[in-house]
Amino acid sequence: MFLYYIRLSMLSYKRNPVLSSLMVLAVAVGVGAFMVMFTLNYVMGGDPIPQSSDQLFHIQLDYGDPADPASQPPPQLTYRDATALLNAPFPYPRVATSKFQGVVEPENTELNPFYIDGRGSTADFFKMFDVPFAFGTGWDSVADENQQQVLVLSEALNLKLFGGENSVGRVVNLAGKSFRVIGVLENWQPAPKFYDVNNGGFSRTEEAYIPWSLIAGQRLQRAGNTSCWAPRTDNSYEAFLDSECAWVQFWVELSTREEKQAYTDYLAQYVAQERAYGRMQIPQDKRLYNVREWLVKQEVQPDETRILTALAAMLLAVCLLNTVGLLLAKFLGKASEIGVRQALGAHKGALLTQHIVEAGFLGLMGGVLGLGVSTLGLKGAKLLMGEQMNIEWMQLDPAMIVVTVALAILSSIAAGIYPTWRACSISPATHLKIQ
Amino acid sequence: MSISLEVGPIFRTQLRNKLGVILIALQIAFTMTVMVNAVDIIQDRNAKMASPTGLDEANIFHISSFGFGESFNESTVQDEDINMIRALPGVIDAAIVSAVPAGGSGSSDAFMSEPDQREFTTNAAVYRVDEHAVTTMGLKLVAGETFGAEQVRKRSNSEALGADQVVVSLAFAQEMFPGAALEAVGKTIYDYENHGLRVIGIVEKLQSPWPNSDWIVERSVLIPDIIIDGNTTYLVRTEHGQRDDIMLEVEERLAASAHERIVRNNLSMTQSRAELYRLDGAMGKILYVVIATLMFITAMGIVGLSVFGINKRQRQIGTRRALGATRAGILRYLLLENFLVSGTGVLLGAVLSIVFNMFLVQMFDTPKLDWYFIPIGMLVLILLGQLSVLGPARSASYASPAQAISPSH
Repeated sequence: MFLYYIRLSMLSYKRNPVLSSLMVLAVAVGVGAFMVMFTLNYVMGGDPIPQSSDQLFHIQLDYGDPADPASQPPPQLTYRDATALLNAPFPYPRVATSKFQGVVEPENTELNPFYIDGRGSTADFFKMFDVPFAFGTGWDSVADENQQQVLVLSEALNLKLFGGENSVGRVVNLAGKSFRVIGVLENWQPAPKFYDVNNGGFSRTEEAYIPWSLIAGQRLQRAGNTSCWAPRTDNSYEAFLDSECAWVQFWVELSTREEKQAYTDYLAQYVAQERAYGRMQIPQDKRLYNVREWLVKQEVQPDETRILTALAAMLLAVCLLNTVGLLLAKFLGKASEIGVRQALGAHKGALLTQHIVEAGFLGLMGGVLGLGVSTLGLKGAKLLMGEQMNIEWMQLDPAMIVVTVALAILSSIAAGIYPTWRACSISPATHLKIQ
Repeated sequence: MSISLEVGPIFRTQLRNKLGVILIALQIAFTMTVMVNAVDIIQDRNAKMASPTGLDEANIFHISSFGFGESFNESTVQDEDINMIRALPGVIDAAIVSAVPAGGSGSSDAFMSEPDQREFTTNAAVYRVDEHAVTTMGLKLVAGETFGAEQVRKRSNSEALGADQVVVSLAFAQEMFPGAALEAVGKTIYDYENHGLRVIGIVEKLQSPWPNSDWIVERSVLIPDIIIDGNTTYLVRTEHGQRDDIMLEVEERLAASAHERIVRNNLSMTQSRAELYRLDGAMGKILYVVIATLMFITAMGIVGLSVFGINKRQRQIGTRRALGATRAGILRYLLLENFLVSGTGVLLGAVLSIVFNMFLVQMFDTPKLDWYFIPIGMLVLILLGQLSVLGPARSASYASPAQAISPSH
């Protein structure tokens, strides 16, 4: 019976091709546009590391200038506090990390020297953030302590320098120093780039990773945001490291409630001790933020995508109103046919099912076309965003494809309920008389 | 028959087909709501994107050089480079700068009018520049003067600030010395490390590197202070129309000079501005597509429903024609009918637009609607309705009365 109704739907489409195509187009555009915005919103406001996002905590301390009432605590840690927390007597995985920049001088002289964005981090970075390796591994805490000049390459930089082959053991000349490659990553672009949202929540990941202790130890060129709230004692590098200047991102992984409580208590105690020395005068209620809390607090998701989602929802509403109107026109236009079928003994339930199937059929076609619309829309959005941003995630995944088609079918059926009901409530006698 | 006489019967006819009317009216109302609010957002973004930095933007580009290797002597290379650039034909002037207005990256500092008065600070974008900055940027001095070569200090990161003069933007002076901005010349301001700087000049307008955020915007200071840290940015102003050729020439010459360095970020101000405002620009374009799509869908909906409504009334129209109604009369009837429906729609749309705008203002800090958006939006959608119905109405009015009332139909 269902297949028969599908065949009837196809016949009905052919009988009224313009009206039917208008409906399909309206559903396709409405659903397509909505899915583009939904995908943007879903990723930009989403969870980039769902398997452990509630166990990874970003630390914010009681920073700021007490003399300045408008002062907001900066979202990073000072070198001094990051070092203290690294050395805290806990077994929990933790990472201090910050950006640097440097020039790579390739051994291959066909390549000119070039500038890269790098990241210094302590050993737990790769394990805590589930960073996928193609070759080799990260380093261990001994490398951190000894400032070993070891390097993990991104997939892209390994391709550029070594043609994508296993380069573990090779040497890279970076920032005037020789580094030994110990690992190569697979393509890794978390969106949002949760572990460092200070320089754009959707910027690309860094191209090379080295032990964090090298940044201060070798005085590499630091990059990224630095905010200070007290004058330094002098202009020396040591004074800078000891100053009230925050530039280090710090994360800790706490798997259980007890661990979190223990760490919270430890932080409170640490702050109290620093406060006694005259630091950290602006008290904070909350010092640990899990990934999702942190993304919300740092307002990573742009307002733009949410405004556009509101507008896209209105667009979808217009398209559905349109479909209701057109279906009504179409079904009422079939009044005489319905009259004949009723006279021949079709009961109301069968007629309702037939028309619901027909509405769903139009929705299915609209949904399939809508997939095309959203693919085009996402391509367009990618083009508009440009290459500075991490835009690899801007595509339809299988779940989204199912959601798009389902949304199209469901909304068409919803739009078809009233027209179907109207059409089936027609008294057959009226229409038979006219014939 | 006068139009006013027709309104009554049309209105009563409409009441018999409530749902069709409601559907079109709602569609028009939603379309108007989205259109009006989207145009409002686009206009606000465009105004932001067009806000001038205060520089002669069309003729300025910048290029950065990053030195590496043991033998690289940045101070010597800087002098060599900048003299070469200034000597090029077509170059008006060139300067060494630490950041580019509307360039996206730079640093800021907090300033005080008394040392250690940290409860009253004024944040400003800091440009560390040489003595050619004001002429290269094409800034207009409204008070005082700019610094000379003898005031410019070169230093490394680990040396303290040596400069003791500063040129500030008018917006900064107004914030720092309310009501006496132009008298700021000669006064001393203090940076966060309590280093005194005497204001020697005020420029009319100079935006920060991040004018797209609401922070600082136009409060800027120019300090005659060059930090030797490996990275140098040159800002170059050219004769009109020669910018692109000179950009290429400068890049080639810098790359060809025998130093261990990388030349990068060779961008005109037009390009770096476009990059800074990329999200705003993208938003505008997406909104235009949304508006166009909506108008198209709504128009198609009106066409579809009018064709249906007219077909249903073939017999009625034929009868009227047979009774002596003119083609113009039929056309007028159908247009008027549409006008009444659209009119209901845009009235509802006016209310919805304002409500939706209030929601946007509250949630996202978007600008309030200007009052004239509403009547313009109403007019546009009424026109759209009339245009959509014109085609079906015309063909209906051409139907011959005989055909319409023939029972075989």
